[in-house]
Amino acid sequence: MDPVISVRDLWKVFGSKAADVVRSDELRGLSRNELRDRTGAVAAVRGVGFDVAPGEMFVVMGLSGSGKSTLVRCLTRLVEPTAGEITIEGENVLKADQKRLRELRRNKFSMVFQHFGLLPHRTVIDNVGYGLEICGVQKAQRAQRSKEVIDLVGLTGNEKSYPDELSGGMQQRVGLARALAGDPDVLFFDEPFSALDPLIRRDMQNEVIRLHREVGKTMVFITHDLSEALKLGDRILIMRDGEVVQVGSGDELVGAPADDYVRDFVRDVPKSHVLTLKWIMRQPRPDDALDGPELGPDTVVREAVRSVLSADKPVKVVENGELLGVVADEEILGVVAGEA
Amino acid sequence: MAAVALHRGTPRKTVIVAGIVAAWLLLWLLFRNLATLPLDASALTPLHRWVNDLNDAIGASRNTNPLFLYFFNEIRLVIDELVTFIQALIAQSGFGRPVPVIGWLGVVALAGYVSLAIAGWRQALLAVAGFTFLGLQGLWAESMDTLSLTLAAVLISLLFGIPLGIWAGLNDRVNRIITPALDFMQTMPTFVYLAPLTLFFLIGPASATIATLIYAAPPAIRITAHAIRSVPHETVEASESLGATTKQTLTKVLLPSARGTIVLGINQTIMAALSMVTIAALIDAPGLGKTVVKALQTLDVGTAFNAGLAIVVLAIVLDRVTTAAAARRATASRPVLIGGGVATLVAIYFSYTYLWAAEFPSEAEIGSSIRRGTTAATEWVQDNLPVITGGFKDFTTTVFINPLQALLSESPWWLVAAVVVALSFVIGGVRSAVTSAVCLGLLVATGLWQDSMITLAATLVATVLVMVLGVVFGVWMGRSRRADRIIRPVLDAGQVMPAFVYLVPFLALFAASRFTAIIAAVVFAAPVAIKIIADGVHNVSPTTVEAATALGSSGWQTITKVQLPMARRALTLAANQGLIYVLSMVVVGGLVGAGALGYDVVAGFSQGQLYGKGLAAGVAIVVLGVMLDRLTQAAAKRWDQQEVRSGKA
Repeated sequence: MDPVISVRDLWKVFGSKAADVVRSDELRGLSRNELRDRTGAVAAVRGVGFDVAPGEMFVVMGLSGSGKSTLVRCLTRLVEPTAGEITIEGENVLKADQKRLRELRRNKFSMVFQHFGLLPHRTVIDNVGYGLEICGVQKAQRAQRSKEVIDLVGLTGNEKSYPDELSGGMQQRVGLARALAGDPDVLFFDEPFSALDPLIRRDMQNEVIRLHREVGKTMVFITHDLSEALKLGDRILIMRDGEVVQVGSGDELVGAPADDYVRDFVRDVPKSHVLTLKWIMRQPRPDDALDGPELGPDTVVREAVRSVLSADKPVKVVENGELLGVVADEEILGVVAGEA
Repeated sequence: MAAVALHRGTPRKTVIVAGIVAAWLLLWLLFRNLATLPLDASALTPLHRWVNDLNDAIGASRNTNPLFLYFFNEIRLVIDELVTFIQALIAQSGFGRPVPVIGWLGVVALAGYVSLAIAGWRQALLAVAGFTFLGLQGLWAESMDTLSLTLAAVLISLLFGIPLGIWAGLNDRVNRIITPALDFMQTMPTFVYLAPLTLFFLIGPASATIATLIYAAPPAIRITAHAIRSVPHETVEASESLGATTKQTLTKVLLPSARGTIVLGINQTIMAALSMVTIAALIDAPGLGKTVVKALQTLDVGTAFNAGLAIVVLAIVLDRVTTAAAARRATASRPVLIGGGVATLVAIYFSYTYLWAAEFPSEAEIGSSIRRGTTAATEWVQDNLPVITGGFKDFTTTVFINPLQALLSESPWWLVAAVVVALSFVIGGVRSAVTSAVCLGLLVATGLWQDSMITLAATLVATVLVMVLGVVFGVWMGRSRRADRIIRPVLDAGQVMPAFVYLVPFLALFAASRFTAIIAAVVFAAPVAIKIIADGVHNVSPTTVEAATALGSSGWQTITKVQLPMARRALTLAANQGLIYVLSMVVVGGLVGAGALGYDVVAGFSQGQLYGKGLAAGVAIVVLGVMLDRLTQAAAKRWDQQEVRSGKA
């Protein structure tokens, strides 16, 4: 399947000499600080490339200043990239003129913001319908569509409220509804839940998982919170100083960190919640009894603990009828004990 | 000046400043009354005569010079037309009618209806009551003249100001270009440009309106730009990310989000315009201001009070209505609006048709009782409380004003100049010293050196008093929420009052004197200083204050060692603003016996042969203002850097 979003060698450099920086191989090679000291330019995004598959939930994770917010703004050209290539559904976004760009924004993709970006002078239903209004959709039709997405995000009954009458979580539901109203193919989330309380954040994460399942849209989700990334992401891209450090699924990041930076990051993650059996299984030894129960290689360790510990023989890890390896008490305990 | 510098310099600097002042005192004793550059009230310098000639020449060429024919005269005519039109609508006879088109009943109904539509029924009641009261005071025509001029100036201000503000809000470069221009327009004492304006636009409503424009447009521009700028960046991004065009983002996001703040800007513009329109009475602008000025000149406290009260009432109504409009989201319901509209139209029709609704009935007048009552009360106070009023006045005059004035105005000019340049150098380095030297040179050139020194003395005394009030009330308000809640509305009210109004009660208490002018300036400038300091103290991190309390600081220690030092930026800003505000009252003070530069300016407006001198005095006030402003800012900057350095060490 062709990727929905394809990004190649994307650069965003701030400063008057931005264009020079991306043209020079020497300057491209410098670290962020060296570059700033030499040219005064700040490279927020440095040669980033990745693909997002249709219907995938793709998470970009990094600490503040890692360039992740700039990256997502480059994808929608809210920030104009300095160099590189962005293809969304086969169309080169950077080649689009202002008119085409507006069409893309109106129909193909939309964004949810960290601080919601709602219009304080409009009611919920008018906020949700804003995107349709600027496309020239008639009022009755607008109201009907807005009502649908308001119901979809669980805001039924709040149509006539103003944003400042709602809690943070509900305001972000309005932001979500607004992004969904135009029925875009791709949704971008810029740290949408970092301004919310932990409990509400958990609700909203579940809400996004539910919506992702129900509407099946491709989503790019920016966060600085590793547990949020692991919870939501089909795949996760870790950014540092504007560069990609590693791209992979949650268990790949925890099981095979690309470098010390990622290793340090995932150190406190409860491994049993993330790792699957394929990461801890071993080749069967001659003395292993091979008539024990079977589990798939993508079974999460936490869910396998009971079966493995209660069986008196090692559990076989089997995929498509092929024996990949075995897991016994010692492997399970190694993971669980390692967390303590 | 010295007080600010002394306040918190390094010990070495304090010693130097003390040394300079000591040397000054010594030399003053030796050279007293030598080279003081005095100039009699009616005496003129060649410069003043040259300006007089220039004035005459311009007057003579007014109808021949193309610049006048096609530019200044055109502007004057358009503005005159606008003012005359509005006056004919509500204030004066016009359109071939002996009375205005809309009489008092119509205006009262219209004021109520507009207030209802934009601000709600409470404000509507206030507007109706307030406007009716103006009529009861026997000042209906004067009030409407003032309102007409204010409306004309506000209309023109907003016509240019709002688009310019939006442009500056959207475009950084425009913002950078207009900000210093606006600063200049706002810090320049208002009546300083009255005189030059009359050169080009003659004495009368046009000059008054243009002067008002200069003063009233900056808040609208500035606040509109600020309002556009403070719409959260993400909200704009959200709109863009949904595919909005620039125009859609402007009309659907930026302007509606900024609406409340923009209306606050309009409020500021209206209040500034009202205050300036009354001051423009000095160049023969019609209305309440003229009544006050005439009464002040004849020391008729009763009449001045009555007209001043009308200005206050007008100010309160305009302020309350526009403030409420800024805070409001929804307007009144449709049936109420339609019903009110019909009633208003009926009232306007009555006031157009019947004399009783056109001219305010004179039987209902209570203005003369107010005048008599005030005069009686004033006399009683002056007769029975001379110890309090006279005593306070004499004490301040002999202890503060006289010595400082003697020191400044009886020193040789070169001595004062040397001292100021030396102090500038110590405070702000070479740049400050050069600025001060240039300003002092200009003061000498105006031919009004001694008058400038007398005004400077009064300004310094007033500023010190302002700072004392500012620190006492500012700290109190900054530390106590309740004090803030009670005092702040009083200060707000004080700030919207046109400057003249302050003079009236003090004139009643203290008669015409330098002291009266100083006190009026203090009352005018103190609210600004108090608010700045209160905000500064309040914004000191509560954690830091808590930490100080937890270490066992007494309240006094917390104030002096934590809150005031941490609010030092607010203190210097308050001193700076206090100075500017005090200086801007100098001319108004000239009306009640402040003498010196203020008197020169006022006299210049009224007597042709003193025109040049008045203009020179206006320039001298500006030069004083620039010098003091630069010096306080340099001191503030030095102080900040010092703190940073000692903080790092």
